Amino acid sequence: MNSPIVHDHERLAMITHSPIAIHLEDISVRYRKPEVEIRSFKEFTIQYFQRRIRMQDFWALRNINLDIYRGETFGVIGRNGAGKTTLLKVISRVIAPTKGRMIVEGEVAPLLECGAGFQAEMTGRENILLYGSLLGHSHQQIKEHIPEILDFAQLDGFIDAPLRMYSSGMIARLGFAVATSWKPQILILDEILAVGDEAFKKKCKARIDGFRAEGATILLVTHDMDLILKKCDRAALLEGGSIVDQGDVHQVVKRYRSVIELSETTQR
Amino acid sequence: MRLAKAEHFVRFDSGNRGSLAVEETRNLIKYRELIMQLIRRDVVSRYKRSFLGVAWTMLNPLGTMLILTLVFSNLFHSVNSYPIFILSGLIGWNFFSQATIAALSQNVWGGSLLHKVYLPRTAFTVSAIGTGVVNLLLSLIPLFIIMVILGQPFRIFVLFLPVSIILLTIFSLGIGLLVSTLALYFPDVVDMYHIGLTAWMYLTPIIYPSEIIPEVYRRWVLAFNPMYYLVEMIRQPIYEGRIPSGEMLGISIGISIAALIIGWLVFTWKANEFTYRT
Repeated sequence: MNSPIVHDHERLAMITHSPIAIHLEDISVRYRKPEVEIRSFKEFTIQYFQRRIRMQDFWALRNINLDIYRGETFGVIGRNGAGKTTLLKVISRVIAPTKGRMIVEGEVAPLLECGAGFQAEMTGRENILLYGSLLGHSHQQIKEHIPEILDFAQLDGFIDAPLRMYSSGMIARLGFAVATSWKPQILILDEILAVGDEAFKKKCKARIDGFRAEGATILLVTHDMDLILKKCDRAALLEGGSIVDQGDVHQVVKRYRSVIELSETTQR
Repeated sequence: MRLAKAEHFVRFDSGNRGSLAVEETRNLIKYRELIMQLIRRDVVSRYKRSFLGVAWTMLNPLGTMLILTLVFSNLFHSVNSYPIFILSGLIGWNFFSQATIAALSQNVWGGSLLHKVYLPRTAFTVSAIGTGVVNLLLSLIPLFIIMVILGQPFRIFVLFLPVSIILLTIFSLGIGLLVSTLALYFPDVVDMYHIGLTAWMYLTPIIYPSEIIPEVYRRWVLAFNPMYYLVEMIRQPIYEGRIPSGEMLGISIGISIAALIIGWLVFTWKANEFTYRT
């Protein structure tokens, strides 16, 4: 494994003296669902007059307090349904928190699920333009990056063929290549490295290491604890929408493993 | 570790956002390339695999005109060059109905993307209306060809059309935003809107001259129908070869801008719900 040194105290000391990139203060997110799903206006009127509409609250995040430093690689772990993805959605401004305050300094670049936003009828080149603009880049900026994107994605001459003729591996490569073609200030990675073959994964990791070395802030969500231990400066453990532990990666991962073990024994 | 030199960090503070409508406007300008790409995608992908391609946009109103002329030209023989009368009214109406319906369904398509990445929430509505404008401009071509064939004179006042089209676009955007917000809460608003549009079309003098409405109701039917003014704004320079009156222009400007402001405020006020629902 040629990854950077596991415990880089120097790096950690430097980062904790950097300005704060993401500041979360008592962030809570409530999803509200009617107990009975209302699919139409007609149903709503009937139920409204019968006073039958009762709402069910579900708190996906509860009072999250978190500071992430600029240049830090921060891991978010927890079991399925713990609120990891919701937390990332709040930070990338996809959903607005129900309560609390968030301050984010820098552009947030989300890494979309592979292929989200792509159009099957359009060519690879057209899709690069669409995808790039989805990330907020200008026409000129995207055009300048096309050679580099093609170099990374290795589409072997398929660039002007419609996307429906691509293999899933090619689509994944193209998606990653466009999304990471610009050095992000804050990069969000949600289980992104779970797809692709070994060679591609290696390439992706190398690119993320590059951003890390260049001082980008990275938020990493994964179930791969080795990746967390290897790449993250600090981490937080989410459980039922709350942060139950945060700080040193070894300590947090240890806590996560004990939580998993506990739930397994109670299940038996 | 090299820290970036003189990098600019934009600050977002949820506790200090200011007006949502203003913030949305600023973000939309920043994402203008996305709007262009979405319009391109709509225009291109709609026609790419069809044999006649873009010609469909032009043939569609022509077909309707042909049928209506066959059926109604005897009934409305008082109307000179009935085909041009219909066509000049129909292109404005078709734009309005198609673009607002597209805005509704675009928000459904965009809904899945809005869950994954931050985008200005108005992007899909704006691009749907933008695609409509492209189609409207294309449908002017067959209209002008028919005018030449039927010997309808072109007056200099045709140059007034851009003003009419801009106002109709502004109005359609406002309505598109309003119905999209409603559809967020109740999916059957889509069906209700379709029915409403049909009724609205028959209440608007598009395929018939306004004179056939009984005098008693005429004032009421027309005065409170925004689409009457906006359709006339397009029809008058083409069919009657004159510039709309100052009164008509004033009313059109008023209703278009009012619709956009209301639509924009309501949509941006409720925009956060887009990712909480569906």
